Amino acid sequence: MKRIIVIGNGMVGYKFCEKLVASNYAAHYTLTVFGEEPWPAYDRVHLSSYFSEANAEKLYMAPLSWYEAHGIDLRIKELIVGIDRQSKAVISHKGETYFYDYLILATGSGAFVPNIKGIDKKGVFVYRTLEDLEHIMSYGKQVQSATVIGGGLLGLEAAKAVLDMGLSADVVEFASRLMPRQLDEAGAHLLKTKLEQLGIQIHLSKMTTEITGNKAIAGLAFADGTSLETEMLIISAGIRPRDELAQTCGLQVHDRGGFVVNDKLQTSDPYIFAIGEAASVEGIVYGLIAPGVEMARQVANQLMGQEVTPFTSFDMSTKLKLIGVEVGSFGDPLGESEPVETIVFEDKVKGIYKRINISKARKRLVGGVLVGDTSSYGMLLQIVQNQLVLPPNPEDLILGSRGDQTAGSGLGIDALPDSAQICSCENICKSALCGIIASGIEDIGQLKSKSKAGTGCGGCLPLMNDLLKHQLKTMGKVVKNVVCEHFEYTRQELLDIIKVKQIRSFKVLLTEVGQGDGCEICKPLVASLLASTWNEHITKQDTIQDTNDRFLANIQKGGTYSVVPRIPAGEITPDKLIVIGEIAKSYGLYTKITGGQRIDMFGARVEQLPDIWERLIDAGFESGHAYGKSLRTVKSCVGSMWCRYGVQDAVSFAIEIEERYRGLRSPHKLKSAVSGCTRECAEAQSKDFGIIATEKGWNLYVCGNGGTKPQHALLLANDIDSETCIKYIDRFLMFYIKTAEPLNRTATWLNKLEGGIAYLKDVVVNDVLGIGEELEKEMQFVIDTYACEWKEVVNNPELRAKFKPFVNSNEGDPSIKFKALRGQKIPALSQD
Amino acid sequence: MSALVEKLSSKQQDSLIWFKAAAISDFPDDGGACIKYKGYQVAVFNFDNKQRWYACQNLCPHKKEMALARGLTGSCKDEPKVTCPFHKKSFSLHSGESLNEEAYCIKTFPVKVEEGHVYVGFDSSY
Repeated sequence: MKRIIVIGNGMVGYKFCEKLVASNYAAHYTLTVFGEEPWPAYDRVHLSSYFSEANAEKLYMAPLSWYEAHGIDLRIKELIVGIDRQSKAVISHKGETYFYDYLILATGSGAFVPNIKGIDKKGVFVYRTLEDLEHIMSYGKQVQSATVIGGGLLGLEAAKAVLDMGLSADVVEFASRLMPRQLDEAGAHLLKTKLEQLGIQIHLSKMTTEITGNKAIAGLAFADGTSLETEMLIISAGIRPRDELAQTCGLQVHDRGGFVVNDKLQTSDPYIFAIGEAASVEGIVYGLIAPGVEMARQVANQLMGQEVTPFTSFDMSTKLKLIGVEVGSFGDPLGESEPVETIVFEDKVKGIYKRINISKARKRLVGGVLVGDTSSYGMLLQIVQNQLVLPPNPEDLILGSRGDQTAGSGLGIDALPDSAQICSCENICKSALCGIIASGIEDIGQLKSKSKAGTGCGGCLPLMNDLLKHQLKTMGKVVKNVVCEHFEYTRQELLDIIKVKQIRSFKVLLTEVGQGDGCEICKPLVASLLASTWNEHITKQDTIQDTNDRFLANIQKGGTYSVVPRIPAGEITPDKLIVIGEIAKSYGLYTKITGGQRIDMFGARVEQLPDIWERLIDAGFESGHAYGKSLRTVKSCVGSMWCRYGVQDAVSFAIEIEERYRGLRSPHKLKSAVSGCTRECAEAQSKDFGIIATEKGWNLYVCGNGGTKPQHALLLANDIDSETCIKYIDRFLMFYIKTAEPLNRTATWLNKLEGGIAYLKDVVVNDVLGIGEELEKEMQFVIDTYACEWKEVVNNPELRAKFKPFVNSNEGDPSIKFKALRGQKIPALSQD
Repeated sequence: MSALVEKLSSKQQDSLIWFKAAAISDFPDDGGACIKYKGYQVAVFNFDNKQRWYACQNLCPHKKEMALARGLTGSCKDEPKVTCPFHKKSFSLHSGESLNEEAYCIKTFPVKVEEGHVYVGFDSSY
């Protein structure tokens, strides 16, 4: 049994372990991994998401249990301080010695910190590790502004993080354009314009000479005599390979940093390999994830005695979304490797720039730049990498075919050779993916987990999606999100059918366009569509409703129901509070304040529900729709009525909103909130639609979510008056109701919506589809036809009669039992 | 052979106790309701506007909730089924077997309709 030691548990170090695990290393080797950070390897590519989520575990490449399960001895918080090549051992900072047969240096890189006067002042940070981020976040709480030095990939990621912290952001770049290695002048200029629109100030051709301020930073001074005030500085000016271990053992390092390795990634000692950003291949340090993964694979394959191809150079193409702006750079983006001719398309109105470089003979695509629209990135990269022959009019590649059906054909996913590399991070080719799809894959999630493709940077996912759809289609599988086996339609198609054919019942719909008897999926779905369209009383077709909608209450453990009257915006008079107390007391109900500022009464027997509601309605209450996929609550803070900080009357507006949309049926439940000032006490940014008061009016946020996968709502419109706000909510909700898949909350819906929040803004605010008025009209119909469901039941003896447990007896259900807890009752289950 | 099977099953049916549960009109269209027989709770369902009838135990074996009568009915391929409102476990109304490939199963009962009334058949063990 030989021993492998890996120094460094970053992304590449982890990938090396993953490759070894995949080839069952344990029969031949033991594997020990050292990581100096206090956590296992995490996804550094998506580091800035830590600012919006602050959940480190989400970023982990694999949980600690993964290492354990695969027999890997992972030693985090342990720094290797020396290598003894003579006796083949490494020494940790604790003074312990560990012996190896093969040593892998995956030490990565640290932030390059330029030697600027005043660099040691308080408020100066680097952007590299999770710990850096924690320091940045805690310091960011005390300041209003922050500046990033470095306008490259990582620097702009850092600028996004600054925006996410709610600070004003400046970026300082030494070169005359942003992302100088990836973008040309025109592309970089467009990116700059877009980032400036988002509120990031960009300063180009600036060499920082001094960091000013007393103890803490107060500003920057530049070589051209200008200066910039800032309270915080984040340095992201490049990387420096972590090669300091070389000094302890005399390994060769490159002048510009990095362990010198040959094409087998061996250092000057054949038993020591270097991979990732710590390695210098022909004088180049590769600072991207894809080449690092490739290096990890090479070395793993060598150690496992598998075939390897020499590592010489690596494609540095990249595609990413920078603060909402799509940027792509592929092949040789600037046309420096050979003489090229360029074709450029620029649309300043839409903010799109595309450039392709083609060989002088106009036979091959050499590389290019995309800003604002990277939809063709995957295909263009494939054409470069596979040396595909260009179409007669190469401009079609970036313009699309215009009218002429034949142009551009032959360049679809079909045209790619089997050897085409689809995922560059994991080096997975088309034929491998096709094989996996043929083994019975139905969706992209399965394809990802089975193939590992798309699990790195994620840039190839659109291409994988196309390939999946294309393969399924050629295999004769229909690729359609149909509702269930009873309806061969999507939810949206069913809605159209209901409207066009004026269908008002499930039975008619099933007879006309469905088959079988229906099921628990399509019945409530159709019920929701019918309610959103015709707004008829839902108990008219009670047996297609989920039990909560059928009995207009929430079923709870033990089979009893809970009752939630509407308390708009959480405002309630003492008299009404007393009524709730009296009712709960006389029926012996358990009471609790809900998360949505209402009062829930638990433990009501089904036959008690109409009587309870009769008393509630007499006292002026109405249904709270807690049982429905419909508007639940509009939470509010007390706003300018009482609060010394409030700038608008949040409670009154919340009441208006709640009463407007009460009873509205939707694909899933809807939650909302109104906050009276920016302190956001009503937590509006976690709601499906949330409103926050400003000095000038309201900011409207949409598609937030709590629950399993919390997501902050995004700003749809700012500083709008109440009327506009309601208009936009009308449009937003109706658009969601019409287009969402069943049981998708607004956040999930937005995540799937092509074009994201920008597209949603276009539809709701700019009305690019021209459906604004129609959506408002449909909403107005639902509002005008609202009636309290419980009021109708209470006043209708036939409906009331349905609320009993047995059809052949007037007894109650004897199986319901309670026990006492803290002076109230709770269900006593059979096992108690 | 088939005649023999028919004879056997009709003999089996003879030994059933047919309990007159309720009038057809007491049941909702295309859905379920619960009846009481001695100490037992039995869910009774109808499909196609009271053309087809099924019955099963009201207790969902998953979390032991008395709930199946309040579940949504439907079909899976040609198999009539009911889905528990608590955690969406589905059961065949023919065989009583789980349709979620789980070990749970439920007891089903024969139903017949005569002169406007619904009868559920119980063997002598009830």
